[in-house]
Amino acid sequence: MTATTPAHQPANPASFYMIEEDHHPEGSTAFGFWMYLMSDCLIFAVLFATFGVLSTAYAAGPTPKELFDLPLVALNTAMLLFSSITYGFAMLAMEKDRIRQTQIWLAITGLFGAAFIGIELYEFSHLIHEGATPQTSAFLSAFFTLVGTHGLHVTFGLIWLVVLMVQVGKHGLIEANRRRLMCLSMFWHFLDVVWIGVFTFVYLLGVL
Amino acid sequence: MSAPHSEAAHTHAHGAHGTHGSGESHGTMGSYLIGFGLSVVLTAIPFALVMMGSLDRQTTALLVLGAALVQIVVHMVYFLHMNTRSEGGWTMMALVFTVVVVLITLGGSLWVMHHLNANMMPTPEQMSAMP
Repeated sequence: MTATTPAHQPANPASFYMIEEDHHPEGSTAFGFWMYLMSDCLIFAVLFATFGVLSTAYAAGPTPKELFDLPLVALNTAMLLFSSITYGFAMLAMEKDRIRQTQIWLAITGLFGAAFIGIELYEFSHLIHEGATPQTSAFLSAFFTLVGTHGLHVTFGLIWLVVLMVQVGKHGLIEANRRRLMCLSMFWHFLDVVWIGVFTFVYLLGVL
Repeated sequence: MSAPHSEAAHTHAHGAHGTHGSGESHGTMGSYLIGFGLSVVLTAIPFALVMMGSLDRQTTALLVLGAALVQIVVHMVYFLHMNTRSEGGWTMMALVFTVVVVLITLGGSLWVMHHLNANMMPTPEQMSAMP
């Protein structure tokens, strides 16, 4: 009886940890990836803090009110939100073992993600064309760093998505591919959460 | 007698958990649609408030921040499927720790730098703008 319940004896810490390890043979990838996302969250926290501190350091350059085009930002937000729900549909199709449907939803997600990146690149080129380059002011340096880092994340998410579409096409919805799709799902939804912070703090409160 | 019983129930629960593939729930069509609907509303409200500008600045800013906070929670629950049970609560613990660090980083930076700014010697432009 005592042998089956070592976890309830805090006097024996070695066996306590052993048993905790044995309990998580499957879900450890999800948890490990969650830890990565949390550390990524800290990167964004530092960039948000930098932007917050420098958000009024215009150095006689253009201000957010003159630069930002809110309808364009709203469109961009919609693209990312649509891509989040379509990724959700891809996961639901994966649960039902429908390879073709999973791939179609992944492709739609990729198109929305690419549209997001396209609109963001258009916005950046427009700003730089107007002379609002990262070198203009501390505000613009912080803006391009924060929004650019988020855009880079989405770009790498898109590459990952294409790789997974090829993987699913080649090997089907095997256990490894399900795990990868689940990790990308967490990554993709996480980026949407970060974007909520970006459009709130950078665009809406900047224009206000 | 109760101890081995709970142990067995625990193992059984994990066995059922393991057959579910990677061990995480992926939500249902309904939960995704609810999350999406709430997100659309919580995005439309702040954009409309700022673009129409009918309320005063402080009220608008508070409402915009409130909508963002609620939407982050909505995304966490409906899209990222956060709950207090997965990984025996450790996922939530990691999140809580991260939120605390984020709040300290953001709040601390803004607070300290605001005081530095406030104590800086004013520039000639600011001097001329003073009463």
